[in-house]
Amino acid sequence: MTRVLAWGAFLGGCLFFLLPLIGMTEFSLKMRRGEYSFDAYRRVFEDQRFWDTFGYSLILAGATIVVGVLLVVPTAYWVRLKLPQARPVIEFITLLPLVIPAIVIVFGYIRLYNTSSVLPLTGSALGTDILLTMGYVTLALPYMYRAVDTGLRTIDVATLTEAAQSLGAGWITILARIILPNVLVAVLSGAFLTLAIVIGEFTMAALLNRPAFGPFMQLLGANRAYEPPALAVIAFAITWGCMGLIQLVTRFSKHERAKA
Amino acid sequence: MAFLDLNNLEKTFGTNRVVKDFTLGIEKGEFVSLLGPSGCGKTTVLRMVAGFETPTSGSIRIDGQDVTGQRTNQRAIGMMFQAYALFPNMTVADNVAFGLKVKGVPRDEREARVTEMLRLIGLPDKGGSYPFQLSGGQQQRVALARALAPRPRVLLLDEPLSALDAKVRVSLRNEIRAIQRELGITTIFVTHDQEEAMSISDRIVVMNGGIAEQAGAPFEIYNNPRTRFVAGFVGTLSTFSATVEDAEQGLLAIAGQRLAVAKGAIAAQNGATVTVALRPEAIHLGHAEGREVVLPATIEEVHFLGSVIRVRARVADTVVALDTFNRPDQPPPPQGSAADISFAARDLILLPQ
Repeated sequence: MTRVLAWGAFLGGCLFFLLPLIGMTEFSLKMRRGEYSFDAYRRVFEDQRFWDTFGYSLILAGATIVVGVLLVVPTAYWVRLKLPQARPVIEFITLLPLVIPAIVIVFGYIRLYNTSSVLPLTGSALGTDILLTMGYVTLALPYMYRAVDTGLRTIDVATLTEAAQSLGAGWITILARIILPNVLVAVLSGAFLTLAIVIGEFTMAALLNRPAFGPFMQLLGANRAYEPPALAVIAFAITWGCMGLIQLVTRFSKHERAKA
Repeated sequence: MAFLDLNNLEKTFGTNRVVKDFTLGIEKGEFVSLLGPSGCGKTTVLRMVAGFETPTSGSIRIDGQDVTGQRTNQRAIGMMFQAYALFPNMTVADNVAFGLKVKGVPRDEREARVTEMLRLIGLPDKGGSYPFQLSGGQQQRVALARALAPRPRVLLLDEPLSALDAKVRVSLRNEIRAIQRELGITTIFVTHDQEEAMSISDRIVVMNGGIAEQAGAPFEIYNNPRTRFVAGFVGTLSTFSATVEDAEQGLLAIAGQRLAVAKGAIAAQNGATVTVALRPEAIHLGHAEGREVVLPATIEEVHFLGSVIRVRARVADTVVALDTFNRPDQPPPPQGSAADISFAARDLILLPQ
């Protein structure tokens, strides 16, 4: 009886998630009347704005990942090593982006960094891109921090650090050669989650008036019928591709297999 | 001045004084064990030598150089940990080479040293393996090679055998000792296992409550414990109450039997009750030549340990432990039977009051 209920719940869950996806995919293939085709996808790929915005978001995602890793890995490492009592505080801070809407953050940014402020970042495209990157880092913080922290939990941070120190290593060597390689899969999973967030993010990019992929999706959705679901399927494919890459990296990392 | 000098070391965590006025000099090439129960401060002393903890007061000198304020990575020490602490992302060869790389040793020299180290630990063909592909004993050997590769001034061993099974522990401790002798490296070994400490150390420092209760060669510590704690912690001890009959002449009485110990050995007044102790190997089951004290006893427990049989026998209100060699033609006495035990007065250890 319990097995039947469990299978029932599983199937119910699958239908709940898959039916809309299947429906959306099917609709995206129906652009040509009476037959299935990839016309909507072709249209999307033929649109230069798709490549421009996607490329832009990809570059910003890369910058976000680099800044995020440089911020989160040393912080999570230091908290685990030296400030375990500060962990609840840090965890709370990293959760804030989930409870503070992106629109609040971006209005705060605009108010703080407008052209009449001390640091007029919104006054130039590069400045706004930097601001947007910082915003993305904030948005991705809960995911990146948790991913890295979980990775750090799988290794004996304190002993490995002491072992490296006893062999003459300084902090940068320890972080770069011992800690980072051992949490690489966790960092990569955080990075792929960041990529997925940045690719789909709308509010910040739209309010900062930057040509990102999120506003392009919104624009397309407002004016076309078949292209938006095609775009959504593409976005899903990118996200799932990222998940697959995480699995692939885990599988090919010898020492990670040992931890599993 | 000794090669490694620990002078009046103190360490306080909050209000807890973990190490109290700890002073120890270790000569070059000496193998010294810090032995004591959990929480006695032995690991804290080791961690202060390593630089992982800063002494609240006192100083540490290595080869005449004051290293008290130096960071760990500047001290040129090698360390082995209980949990191996091999870098999981690196092969065995890379692990061993790590310290050399950090020091900036050229590639050729580094590779030669790694080969030499792997040969020294008996794993010459494991250079390409990852730590997870090795057994616990092999991992700890690699940890030893890694610690020794950069030619440290002092080798620190933090209970490196605790996570290993009994057989591997014995063989590895002998290997560690042999390698330490071969390289002549000054070594501090922290353990709570007295057998381990006694079997491989030049000197043992018995610690209790943050202080060094006694330091000396294993033979000295075992046979002439200076405090009750040392006597009780190192080896097994059976204690008796004895009455001082003539302190000056060294005469005592145990269960009505008079016996003579060394003159002047008794630091108590006539008529006072003192505690004397005996090691299990000093007590004989039955009568034996040269053992002038004979006491009636009842056998309470018999533990067959292979080559040795440990017997617990009750003498009046005291339970004594005695060891006898296993002999197939002489089965141990049955539990509950009556038997005499004997010992020589010269084997008595007079415990400080």
